[in-house]
Amino acid sequence: MEFKRPLSPHLSIHKYVLTAVFSIFHRFTGIALSLGAVLLTIWIALIALGENYFLIFKTISSYFAFKILLFLWTLAIFYHLFNGIRYLFWSYGKMMELSIVYKSGYAVVFLSILSSIFVWTLL
Amino acid sequence: MVQFTLPVNSKVKKGIEHPVKDISEKPKKIIIYRWNPEDNQNPRLDSYEIDLKKCGPMVLDALMKIKNEIDSSLTFRRSCREGVCGSCAMNIDGVNTLACLKPIEEVKGEIRIYPLPHMPVVKDLVPDLSKAYDQLASIKPWLQRSDENKSANKIDNEEKKQMPKDREKLDGQWECVLCFCCTTSCPSYWWNSDEYLGPAVLMQAARWVNDSRDVERKSRLKAVNDSMKLYRCHSIMNCTRSCPKGLNPAKAIADLKKAIVTEL
Repeated sequence: MEFKRPLSPHLSIHKYVLTAVFSIFHRFTGIALSLGAVLLTIWIALIALGENYFLIFKTISSYFAFKILLFLWTLAIFYHLFNGIRYLFWSYGKMMELSIVYKSGYAVVFLSILSSIFVWTLL
Repeated sequence: MVQFTLPVNSKVKKGIEHPVKDISEKPKKIIIYRWNPEDNQNPRLDSYEIDLKKCGPMVLDALMKIKNEIDSSLTFRRSCREGVCGSCAMNIDGVNTLACLKPIEEVKGEIRIYPLPHMPVVKDLVPDLSKAYDQLASIKPWLQRSDENKSANKIDNEEKKQMPKDREKLDGQWECVLCFCCTTSCPSYWWNSDEYLGPAVLMQAARWVNDSRDVERKSRLKAVNDSMKLYRCHSIMNCTRSCPKGLNPAKAIADLKKAIVTEL
């Protein structure tokens, strides 16, 4: 007699260990950046399409929610950039000891927040 | 195929709460994944309560206490009880580890125990590892000396010696006990286990690639140089995070990739 074996639970029971969280956020930010790049282009292109479109551009730009979105996008850029550099080191087999993996992960988060705030103070 | 949810027959149901017999000095609740192939039902979560004052320090001690004193039908693999056999690999408190090396005190509150994630379950905490073993066999985990019997030269049949510095290259890889804690903690392996070899097997591949006595280094590298077998590793690093022996499969895989780029 053959039994149909169940699949043991995975995503739902595995702890959200930071190694995996840093990794999945690299993907999320990557997707957000490619979508954001298209939207950003449309937003800027509105300036060039004439007076009516310029008014749309102005109203969109004045929304506070839009600014938050733009800030999050900046954050995504820096996270993706710094984490990408972290991946480059790993490609050389460097900085792969678990304690350093954690420290560099925190450093990426810290640096991306710091850089985003720095960029926005320049605006 | 990526499937984030469990198949219908695998959904976990509420199970039995085993009644507490005696008043315990230091009670600890343990919740365990149960599935019996013979009763034609979905997996369930049973809960037990044990007295830590009358139990050994490790999670394996607690499991044996439950099996001996509360529920003899509880099924799990164990052998050496000191982390050298790799039998008692399971998911404890959300992280894959060996039950014999995991102190009960490290888990706050109730202890939740599941079989290794995303594996077919044979019974209770026993996963079916045959796929993983097949994958291990596919990387030929033995010494290959293709030049051996070709010449009549006597020297070829002598003991294969190794310099200490060559031997050192295998440190951090030969210690693997093949418990598959790393492989089953890897999200990439969850979604691609049909083709991706997974960290445990890839680290063994690296172990044989790095062996100075082996003559098939190049062909070993060629064999794993495959978009599915090797490159589904995205350096998530869950493998290194979960290894109960403190090894670093992610680094071994990174070095494999590097060797492929520089040597092939």
